[in-house]
Amino acid sequence: MTVESFLITGAALATGERADIRLEGGIIAEVGLIPDAAGATVVDADGLIALPGLVDLHTHLREPGYEQSETVLTGTRAAAAGGFTAVFAMANTSPVADTAGVVEQEASLGLAAGFATVQPIGAVTVGLKGEQLAELGAMARSRAAVRVFSDDGFCVFDPMLMRRALEYVKAFDGVIAQHAQEPRLTQGAQMNEGALSGELGLAGWPAVAEESIIARDVLLAEHVGSRLHVCHVSTAGSVEVIRWAKARGIDVTAEVTPHHLLLTEDLVSSYDPRYKVNPPLRRAEDVEALRAALADGTIDIVATDHAPHPVEAKQSEWDAAANGMVGLESALSVVHASVVANGLLDWADVARVLSAAPARIGRLRGQGEAIAAGAAPELTLYDPSASSEFGLERLAGRSVNSPYLGRTLPGRVVSTFHAGYATLLDGVVQPSDEVARHASAAGGDRG
Amino acid sequence: MRHLLSTRELTRDEAVALLDIAEDMAAVQQREVKKLPTLRGKTVVNLFFEDSTRTRISFEAAAKRLSADVINFSAKGSSVSKGESLKDTAQTLQAMGADGVVIRHHASGAPYTLATSGWIDAGVVNAGDGTHEHPTQALLDAFTMRSRLHGTASRGKGLDGVRVVIVGDILHSRVARSNVWLLATLGADVTLVAPPTLVPVDTTGWPASVVYDLDDALAGSPDVVMMLRIQAERMHGAFFPNSREYARTWGLDDARFSQLPTTTMVMHPGPMNRGLEISALAADSAQSTVREQVANGVSVRMAALYLLLSGERGEA
Repeated sequence: MTVESFLITGAALATGERADIRLEGGIIAEVGLIPDAAGATVVDADGLIALPGLVDLHTHLREPGYEQSETVLTGTRAAAAGGFTAVFAMANTSPVADTAGVVEQEASLGLAAGFATVQPIGAVTVGLKGEQLAELGAMARSRAAVRVFSDDGFCVFDPMLMRRALEYVKAFDGVIAQHAQEPRLTQGAQMNEGALSGELGLAGWPAVAEESIIARDVLLAEHVGSRLHVCHVSTAGSVEVIRWAKARGIDVTAEVTPHHLLLTEDLVSSYDPRYKVNPPLRRAEDVEALRAALADGTIDIVATDHAPHPVEAKQSEWDAAANGMVGLESALSVVHASVVANGLLDWADVARVLSAAPARIGRLRGQGEAIAAGAAPELTLYDPSASSEFGLERLAGRSVNSPYLGRTLPGRVVSTFHAGYATLLDGVVQPSDEVARHASAAGGDRG
Repeated sequence: MRHLLSTRELTRDEAVALLDIAEDMAAVQQREVKKLPTLRGKTVVNLFFEDSTRTRISFEAAAKRLSADVINFSAKGSSVSKGESLKDTAQTLQAMGADGVVIRHHASGAPYTLATSGWIDAGVVNAGDGTHEHPTQALLDAFTMRSRLHGTASRGKGLDGVRVVIVGDILHSRVARSNVWLLATLGADVTLVAPPTLVPVDTTGWPASVVYDLDDALAGSPDVVMMLRIQAERMHGAFFPNSREYARTWGLDDARFSQLPTTTMVMHPGPMNRGLEISALAADSAQSTVREQVANGVSVRMAALYLLLSGERGEA
């Protein structure tokens, strides 16, 4: 099968300049003023912004084990709909991704589906139990080439185990991505601890439970000279700790989720479980601090923490509901609303925090490259002009637990190109069989 | 009134009106025939996800004295304990034609979810949700205070200037929360007394002052002292060293009780831990309103069910 070539005309690059982009032969063949390209499918990108394909360092794909919530196929369709060309798949599957076998299976499911690069994350400890190290080296050496390790959902709480994990992954340039949550301080926790939790009678999740673990971990990383990544930073205090650590030269990176950049805890007053997430939604002051930290580089990236759940897990009383929100499809619009519309970030910054930096932290090659001749053909076209109500039709995964349904958000992802072929074209997620055929052809080309 | 979910949402006029209707209901309780035909043909379901015999029989008596049909649905030993969701339970009750649902649930907000989910059309009465609210308890407490202070001249009155001290586990108490909102709405002056571990971290938005010293609070000769039950499970969360120290520091023991003016009401929502938060002398004294609270509970719940279920439903 011949691989389709594309001529994208009149797109605005993140730098602001207007250019045509030709995708051919498994690369970005040409960027500039391109009069015509014989045989190429022309995509009119007038008024659209071309960004490098987005890279999500924190996605829950749920397969294997929780296919009623999401599969590698449905989750990467959601990724394509959101402009993502690569996702890092968290390890809390069933079985847990704590062996080479499981991570290789996930990677191959991703390759076969073809909607995005699926880079598995390995568990730090066996079964996420926090008791003994998983086979980190075997996962690193496997065909999945794991570089990011996380027990996300659980904190690597034992300080000795955390120290050893940080040290051990240096052997293969790995990084520990910590879910910072002191378990004893958050037993039964249901929402941010503060004035509102006291009124609503919901057990509090205090900011100090996150901040104390981050403080411990940056000091451990400094002591052993290792690389640390902090997942879903949610409080102003955490920002201060990370800022201090970076000023001290500690090799730490941090992520913030789109929902922590936009939503605040007062939404919990409705007891609507769509707003139940871990870490919980925080105060407006925290949201302001997180936005400022993303703008000044204290927080390196935006990662979605896309967490699909079946409807029954959210149609219940608050206590019984599952934690988590789907976020891939809405991420770019939420970033637009929370930090671009107010001028804190420009589109070049967005390309950094949603593509280049996550690819670099995760050591993922062929992703996050600036749009230029010779770069990997991974890009997304975004229409920043229109605002619209975020509806079910914008969701492309298996689950619909989005907190944004019914909310007006700016912009819309129009097209996504992965490995040189379209996964989303003119707002339509491309048929799975077609994408799988392209993937297999592109894979063949790559040898 | 569509639902009764919290006291926080009640205006002063609404609260006084409910208490006044409860006065009428109390008058009926003095008759030889205690039953009114008001809710004949209506079905009230007592949906209890937590054991609470006292609250359930109080609601049951209230509904029956209004001639409603009463169904008691206890989660223990039912399909609920086999994993049935709140949604399915609600839809079952809807299919059975429940007009009113009295819900007791271990999760804060569950009555709110039931009332707003669209799963059921019935009027919802919160009979205690998690550590959130227990509005009918606060209403019966206010009714009891008003009766003691004003007797037969209670109608139309609030609790303006009444000084109330609430003592105990504020953090986990739905009774305390409902009382704080309602008493403030009715004009009372509320002081909360507890070990600092049993107060929410931020109560700046609460219309009440918080102190840690019970003797200081009692030295002001309050009109009402309300003692809250200390749950056995609090003994294990490091909230205080042990029950002896708690009783010595925050219990209404004989010495503290005997220093109170004889006009000070001693209240307790029950069930009491005698010898822990309250001494037998205080509990059994003439100042104790414990048994009146139980009797008034039926009147107040009759008033609530009457407001929710009589006449046309659907108005605000």
